[in-house]
Amino acid sequence: MSAPSATRLEALVAEAQRVLTICNACRYCEGYCAVFPALERRLEFTEGDVHYLANLCHNCGACLYACQYAPPHEFQLNFPRALAQARGETYRKYAWPSFLARAYERNGVATALVTAASLALAFGFAALFAGSARLTTAWSDAQGSFYAVLPHGVMAGIFTAVAMFVLVALAMSFARFWPDLGEDTLEFLRAPTFAAASWDALGLRYLDGGGDGCTYPSELPSFARRNFHHLTFYGFMLCLGATTVATIYHYVFGWKAPYPLYSLPVILGTLGGVGLVAGTAGLLWLAARRDPQLADPTQRGMDAGFLVLLALTAATGLALLFWRETAAMGVLLAAHLGLVLALFLLLPYGKFVHALYRFAALVRFHIERKRPLPSLGSE
Amino acid sequence: MDFAKKRDVLVIGGGNAALCAAITAREAGASVLLLESAPIDMRGGNSRHTRNLRCMHDAPTDVLTESYPEEEYWQDLLKVTGGQTDERLARRVIRDTDTCRRWMIDRGVRFQHALGGTLHVSRTNAFFLGGGKALVNAYYRTAAALGVDIAYDAEVVELRIEGGRFVSAVVQHRGARHEVRARAVVAAAGGFESNFEWLREAWGEAADNFICRGTPYNRGVVLKQLLAAGAQSVSDATQGHCVAIDARSPRYDGGIVTRVDCVSLGIVVNREARRFYDEGEDFWPKRYAIWGRLVAAQPAQIGYSIIDAKSMGKFMPPVFAPVKARTLRELATALSLDADTLERTVAEFNSAVRPGTFDHTILDDCDTAGLSPPKTHWARALDTPPFYAYPLRPGLTFTYLGVKVDERARMRLADGSDCDNVFAAGEIMAGNVLGQGYIAGIGMSIGTTFGRIAGEEAARHVRA
Repeated sequence: MSAPSATRLEALVAEAQRVLTICNACRYCEGYCAVFPALERRLEFTEGDVHYLANLCHNCGACLYACQYAPPHEFQLNFPRALAQARGETYRKYAWPSFLARAYERNGVATALVTAASLALAFGFAALFAGSARLTTAWSDAQGSFYAVLPHGVMAGIFTAVAMFVLVALAMSFARFWPDLGEDTLEFLRAPTFAAASWDALGLRYLDGGGDGCTYPSELPSFARRNFHHLTFYGFMLCLGATTVATIYHYVFGWKAPYPLYSLPVILGTLGGVGLVAGTAGLLWLAARRDPQLADPTQRGMDAGFLVLLALTAATGLALLFWRETAAMGVLLAAHLGLVLALFLLLPYGKFVHALYRFAALVRFHIERKRPLPSLGSE
Repeated sequence: MDFAKKRDVLVIGGGNAALCAAITAREAGASVLLLESAPIDMRGGNSRHTRNLRCMHDAPTDVLTESYPEEEYWQDLLKVTGGQTDERLARRVIRDTDTCRRWMIDRGVRFQHALGGTLHVSRTNAFFLGGGKALVNAYYRTAAALGVDIAYDAEVVELRIEGGRFVSAVVQHRGARHEVRARAVVAAAGGFESNFEWLREAWGEAADNFICRGTPYNRGVVLKQLLAAGAQSVSDATQGHCVAIDARSPRYDGGIVTRVDCVSLGIVVNREARRFYDEGEDFWPKRYAIWGRLVAAQPAQIGYSIIDAKSMGKFMPPVFAPVKARTLRELATALSLDADTLERTVAEFNSAVRPGTFDHTILDDCDTAGLSPPKTHWARALDTPPFYAYPLRPGLTFTYLGVKVDERARMRLADGSDCDNVFAAGEIMAGNVLGQGYIAGIGMSIGTTFGRIAGEEAARHVRA
């Protein structure tokens, strides 16, 4: 059994503070990423600072390989792991509603359970509305065939409700996290710093190990992780784009899914789906070969769970496209919708939230950058 | 590891100089075996604690600002060594630093760019991205890719040098002894800073209170063997890079974080609670290297840097928390100093402080009048509680006693002849250039230059 969250957080913050104090006296790693220039602005580290710095960290590991105090040195300094563990506590502490923070205790299991339940729900609805016969009938590509399996109103109703809840949950997490960093709410939205942080996030600027690439999965610098992450992220965005265009088609023009192969939603969705499958497969492959001293083993389920769910969602989406004119369409549609539902439900309670906290941390980083550095005489 | 196979070049050591030698010799076509006495996780000797390379340059570069001409570099070296240097060898090193960065980059080393904004860049020193351990890692990767054989936990315990010619080395490796033969040897095994018995011979009992800030694997075994084989020595056993560091540092391997950077902001007292040297003589980066010896000369080799609340937070944050007290009496008690004496010392200091405009970034006009020793800059009364203290001890980073070499890195014997297949590089011969004193980043300059020369010359010797 793990210790109660508050005690564990206290212990982790204490360890992170110990580690940060050593790093701040050394500073050799300052060229690797944003974490080090940010920590050098401080002489002491509060719990808020620990959350901030932990979420600036990409866990690439360059600083561990370069560290003269890494184990077996008696200082036993493992900066990436200390911050990874602190990040886990950020996710728990700022989850909304609070009781759902429990989802992080064994996130892999929670992900599997929610996915199973969502699939059951999707199949249940399909069976209810379409009947088991229509679920296994061969369909033509005629407009509206999807809605014969699951009526549009039901589909739209469920996903709108879930999307609203997810947005509220993420917004609440952010609203609790940001003030703890010690910044005003309005500071977050100031255009220049927000734009600079967005630029860094979209390019994964600090996922480069200071120039040659991350030491991920091994000590050898490589851009593999950044590239796979780009495939995953932009694949996800293309899929969101496909859904958005389809929504416009539906409500503005009255065109009903499925759409032709060369229509915008299908092209965007196909490209996005391929990116997602390739990206998540690559990230899972890298994670499996990861130097174990860098990982926080308790988060393996969370990391893999999110990636597997993304991969399955994309894979069923692509399968639906290929076999939408066959008897498999009904089953594939229900499976895909079930997985999409699970993915959305889990956005605030799984690895996806790293995007929220990391982006907030990046904005904070750019806000701080504009402030003068503490004067330490002639160093 | 096949120790029985005779190699062209045997490199003894696993730090910067050894790696530069091994890579250069291998690139010149020689078969090379490198013996690192440390386990793989602790490889790299003192290079793993380094951070930069002192470089001459006549114009700004991507990693250095303004210019630092050869003559200025030489004058800086001449000043700190008080002439204990060999000008030909020193200038060879200085000139090489202008061009060696390209060679380093091509072999995986990365520097911090001047465009980095908040990053450390300076006029005189090029900073390694990630520090010395990252440099060492890059060189090991390069050496392995080139086909250099590398053995860890491989300590050379005996050298067979007959009539000035290297024959073989005896290696202790995981419980077994092997005799390794090679046509040439590069000795790049560092000094003896972690050998407290040897330090005691040089310093007497005072050595017991020293802390070895560098690697615990530099026990000077190879240096001793070379001297026993008739090598001419340079510098002496009491010379080294010795900094005043936090007395609570680990016995070995504490590295950079053990530094205490507030000496020039307050006063330093000894065990008798009395001051003993001008704390404000010059900027701390120009003075830290003399304070190790100053503290070593005090009773029980201990000092206490004392500041008040005005100075807190105005220097690089140390790794250990200060001893903190609301009054000087309390502080004295916490430090086991005589409270009356400490109060008197501070009172005398405070009354000697003359008014001035405090500015820690320049040699300001805050000094003392009629005080001995004076404090010539940054003198401000210690009058604002709480008071803070950091205990100081001599922290030895590396030693200068070494073997004499010529411009081709060949070891010279006491009779004046040069060995034709024994080469030396790095700390084991740094005393040729740096006989005493210290300037930051010169150790890596010497190691890089002479490592490459030794590798090249050893390979040339093998081919001849």
